[in-house]
Amino acid sequence: MLDSSLSELQAALAAKKVSSVELTRLFLDRSRALNGALNAYVTLDEETSLAQARKADERRAKGEAGSPLAGIPVAHKDIFCTRELRTTCGSKMLEHYTSPYDAHVIEQFARAGAVLLGKTNMDEFAMGSSSETSHFGAVRNPWDRRLVAGGSSGGSAAAVAARMAPAATGTDTGGSIRQPAALTGVCGLKPTYGLVSRYGMIAFASSLDQGGPLGKSAADLALLLKVMAGHDARDSTSVDRPKEDYTRELNTPLRGLRIGLPAEYFGEGVEPGVLKCVREAIACFESQGARTLPVELPNTALAVPVYYVIAPAEASSNLSRFDGVRYGHRAKDYADLTDMYCRTRAEGFGAEVKRRILIGTYVLSHGYYDAYYLKAQKVRRLIARDFAEAYQRCDVIMGPTSPTTAFPLGAKTDDPVQMYLNDIFTIPAPLAGLPGLSIPCGFDAKGLPVGLQIMGNFFAESKMLGAAHQYQRATDWHRRVPKESPL
Amino acid sequence: MSLSDDQIRRIARLARIAIGAEEAAEVRDRLNQVLGLIDQLQAVDTAGIEPMSHALEVVQPLRPDAVTESDQRARFQSGAPAVEGGLYLVPKVLE
Repeated sequence: MLDSSLSELQAALAAKKVSSVELTRLFLDRSRALNGALNAYVTLDEETSLAQARKADERRAKGEAGSPLAGIPVAHKDIFCTRELRTTCGSKMLEHYTSPYDAHVIEQFARAGAVLLGKTNMDEFAMGSSSETSHFGAVRNPWDRRLVAGGSSGGSAAAVAARMAPAATGTDTGGSIRQPAALTGVCGLKPTYGLVSRYGMIAFASSLDQGGPLGKSAADLALLLKVMAGHDARDSTSVDRPKEDYTRELNTPLRGLRIGLPAEYFGEGVEPGVLKCVREAIACFESQGARTLPVELPNTALAVPVYYVIAPAEASSNLSRFDGVRYGHRAKDYADLTDMYCRTRAEGFGAEVKRRILIGTYVLSHGYYDAYYLKAQKVRRLIARDFAEAYQRCDVIMGPTSPTTAFPLGAKTDDPVQMYLNDIFTIPAPLAGLPGLSIPCGFDAKGLPVGLQIMGNFFAESKMLGAAHQYQRATDWHRRVPKESPL
Repeated sequence: MSLSDDQIRRIARLARIAIGAEEAAEVRDRLNQVLGLIDQLQAVDTAGIEPMSHALEVVQPLRPDAVTESDQRARFQSGAPAVEGGLYLVPKVLE
């Protein structure tokens, strides 16, 4: 049951082999047992989850359970606002915060009859690539607990990898779904910007942030995305387009698929073990009739510097709302109003969040705006143009999700730039608003999972998931489970 | 370029973040590491390139200017650090 796909779980629920309460209890018990070692969850609340499961069982008894996710427990990144459980965003600032409303994504899962399994740990305000900046301590990698789980959606990725949840949600601004998915051996999808509503998703960098699913297979992601995607007037950037069935291309053969391979993603800085697995995966696609061709993404190396201007600039503006007045932490001692703001924010934010707010404030400040912010926006367009040209010639672009496999806890915490460079292959797509997917494609010599990144054009999620599913029919990397967390 | 201690103090004041004397040097060094990274952009030729402010260049949708929310003040204020009589309390700003 722990290792079952979402379709298998749904079939078991429909056949009355298991109830939603039993299923939810199974995952709650396992989560409680493993959370001390992995720290994947910030909040688990048996009462809330079981109450939702009971309702799901009642609806099923009345013949009302229609959705493929009805009665299935799903864990949510603690960046999505929930009325029933606190929402911390991994920060001391929001340690005791309970939202007065549910995020659109939470509403959509509730509408589908899914059960809220808990809130997963993450880098503070989603700023990080290792889930170490959380106020609630670092997430640990289920494949080796001395290593990071990636970030910022590291708790969701670790929960799925360790089978503490059948599936989870995450958010991706510069790789925060795909990189932890790669480092923990699970699947993760960052959809096209605007596909999933940002309503109730605590903002980091609004022109980049996008919610998406993490799961055990491409087929599971397709079911999850169908629930998450959809127009929402409360997010002014939500795209108004018809609902799609993301499972529709799962059985499309790979014959004729044009795979673009950018040389920039296969160069120095990529670990040999990662390169080997990714090349073997691409050969598997070719053996099924897909065709590869070289594409050029010449501005790839500039994506990280562009991102570290734009994302902090937007963050410095978004996080100004945490002022100790309307919600969240407030300092106890202060001299006056300004001092109250300054101390509240000094106490409530961790070092990485402060760093990004300060960088953002600087690049937006008088005299530096043109040199940094405007310049970064221009280079952002160059990066987007590269993708537009590439997708005129290919259907998907493949390469490594991350240049390395999981690294030791603490290895990069003293050098922010080294940490930032770990996202070199995941940052370009969101800058252009494009979707990206990471699926497991093997293990390096240390036995650590490697992620294959499949990027696509705007709204190409169905095609990307189809290609991934065809690969997963031919391989079993996505079925491997960590030995440290035995089933 | 790299930031001086004075510049860091000014930025921290703008960002409303207090920085203690004991952490000032570390904050400066880390910020300068990041500036070293983003300074790479200065070498790029962007003549004639329009800035890209958003991923999808769509027109902001308009909606009717109508009241759609009900009054939930008490609920919204239940999580505030200090409220009185429906108002948020802040330190005195006028003598």
